[in-house]
Amino acid sequence: MSETILRVERLRVAYDHPRGVVRAVDDVSFSLRPHERFGLAGESGSGKSTMALAILRMIKRPGRIEGGEVWLGDTALSGLDTDRMRALRLAGIAMVPQGSMNSLNPVVRIRDQIGDALADHGVGLKGRALAERVRDLLAQVGLPPDVARKYPHELSGGMKQRACIAIAICLRPKVIIADEPTSALDVVVQKQVMQTLGRVQQDLGAAIILVGHDMGLMAQFVDRLGIMYAGRLVEVAPIRDIITAPRHPYTRMLIESLPSLEQRGGLRGIPGLAPLLRELPPGCAFHPRCPAATERCRSEKPAVRAMGEDATVACHLA
Amino acid sequence: MSALIDLHDVGKTFAGGKVALEKVSLTLTADQPRFIAVVGESGSGKTTLARLLLGMIAPTTGTVRYQGDDLQRLSAARRRDFRHDVQAVFQDPYEVYNPFYRVDHVLTMPVRKFRLARSRAEGRALIETALRSVGLRPEEILGRYPHQLSGGQRQRIMVARALLLKPKLIVADEPVSMVDASLRATILTSLRRLHEEMGISILYITHDLATAYQVADSIIVLYRAAVAEAGHVERVVKAPLHPYTQLLIGSIPRVSTERDWVGEERPAGRAPSETGCRFADRCPSATEHCLLQTPPLFRVADDHASACFLQRNAPAMTDAQLSSLLA
Repeated sequence: MSETILRVERLRVAYDHPRGVVRAVDDVSFSLRPHERFGLAGESGSGKSTMALAILRMIKRPGRIEGGEVWLGDTALSGLDTDRMRALRLAGIAMVPQGSMNSLNPVVRIRDQIGDALADHGVGLKGRALAERVRDLLAQVGLPPDVARKYPHELSGGMKQRACIAIAICLRPKVIIADEPTSALDVVVQKQVMQTLGRVQQDLGAAIILVGHDMGLMAQFVDRLGIMYAGRLVEVAPIRDIITAPRHPYTRMLIESLPSLEQRGGLRGIPGLAPLLRELPPGCAFHPRCPAATERCRSEKPAVRAMGEDATVACHLA
Repeated sequence: MSALIDLHDVGKTFAGGKVALEKVSLTLTADQPRFIAVVGESGSGKTTLARLLLGMIAPTTGTVRYQGDDLQRLSAARRRDFRHDVQAVFQDPYEVYNPFYRVDHVLTMPVRKFRLARSRAEGRALIETALRSVGLRPEEILGRYPHQLSGGQRQRIMVARALLLKPKLIVADEPVSMVDASLRATILTSLRRLHEEMGISILYITHDLATAYQVADSIIVLYRAAVAEAGHVERVVKAPLHPYTQLLIGSIPRVSTERDWVGEERPAGRAPSETGCRFADRCPSATEHCLLQTPPLFRVADDHASACFLQRNAPAMTDAQLSSLLA
């Protein structure tokens, strides 16, 4: 088996709900190689953001991690106490959360926000040393040095997102989790920010998990893609294989729902709605929307099967 | 008969001197329904155009007319007609709803106000038909509160509401911004069907050129408050002339095994020029000339024009009467 940097094993996240337990992440396993770009795609409510938070053990009540394990190298994260887990966030696994450009503190200069992140992890830099570190970090993400003394409102959306990436990489993490990092940006800026994120990740030698629902972005950025549906990872495969020969009907329909720039017409959505997690249909959760569903799909939940070394699928028909 | 909507040299400058939209002329007639997409990034003026057309803000220059009458000076009776004929679907499906009312309220109100039905049962039937036409099941929608529905359901209810009135024009400002790609396709195809089956004109305002290409017949590309390029979708998307449109199309991530996102582009560092072409600071083809003079729209074909000096050999359009370009 090839080397892995991050391994997620049978992870389960549950939310306690008055009408029973809702499983937002249901028995998900995958692993990341060093330097790999892994995508997690799915519709809203599929569990992909919950998955990202669960890796960092940041699930809040009424949610809880019900079972499973996350390994960063040889470290099992469930065995870490609160302080060590806190130290590992940012230093080991850094997150660029959804809408993070709006999570910058509006009354603190960018330089001090980076300084705070460093200080919080025991890197207390002051004066010139801090200034140099900040300048280097900003340069890495393509920002001019004068951004250091600016406040977030003085920056454009793209620049704020770059500043968030600078904070995420300040301790040279091994894994970066980026949750829809460009969803609020227009396409021209999105492309520039994603290219910078890709270069920064290569410079660091980090692996990256990109969470999102834009299959075009996934096609252009990731090496391997996982598709989530109703809390399960229903397919994983190298990006090229997913595009040319998706195994799961849901993956195929997700790709087809993307508007083409080559040919007009043929734009169609996936019929029906994603199921409510507390009212999951029996059998395969996708069967009510699946054009190929059989009797077996309606009664028996498909197991995750390995398809070669790099790929898995959870579908009776694949 | 006078046009349904006529924008003549309409521009908007906000207090403080920010130009939100340069002079635009556009005519929409009831007998020739159109499906037009207005595409641009945030700050391009696309929402300002929608708000001007809906009479929500007054133009600084020019006039917006509804069937010949100045939109800013409509009588109460004419305003009622306008509100019937022209419907808006907005970006944020949360803000339209009063959280204390069931969603039925936004549907029964227009039925009562415009006396669309003679009885309660007839009204109910109208509402159910409208909901079905946007792919919703009435029994899953009616009787619920806004928070019990998804963003996509709420956006579709607003489309259904617009339909109830059988308007002549729907102005849809980012109507699918809150939903996933798959639902986006469902909602947009339902708008397209309405246009085709009921002859409703649609002005689809979006930042997403790919969906615009899929559903609209014509495209107007706005950049920093002015029209950069306009024409038939096939021409604008397949053979874009303006360097901004080219940049926009080149930035859309494609589902393809070929990676065309190679290298790293840096954002432009130069300040936008005060005079001249608004895109000059980011344009790879900019010359001295572009910094000095503002390019007019050059008409390269009956249904295609670009505001760029690269097309200076084509005749310049003296007034930006966009309707003559649009299908």
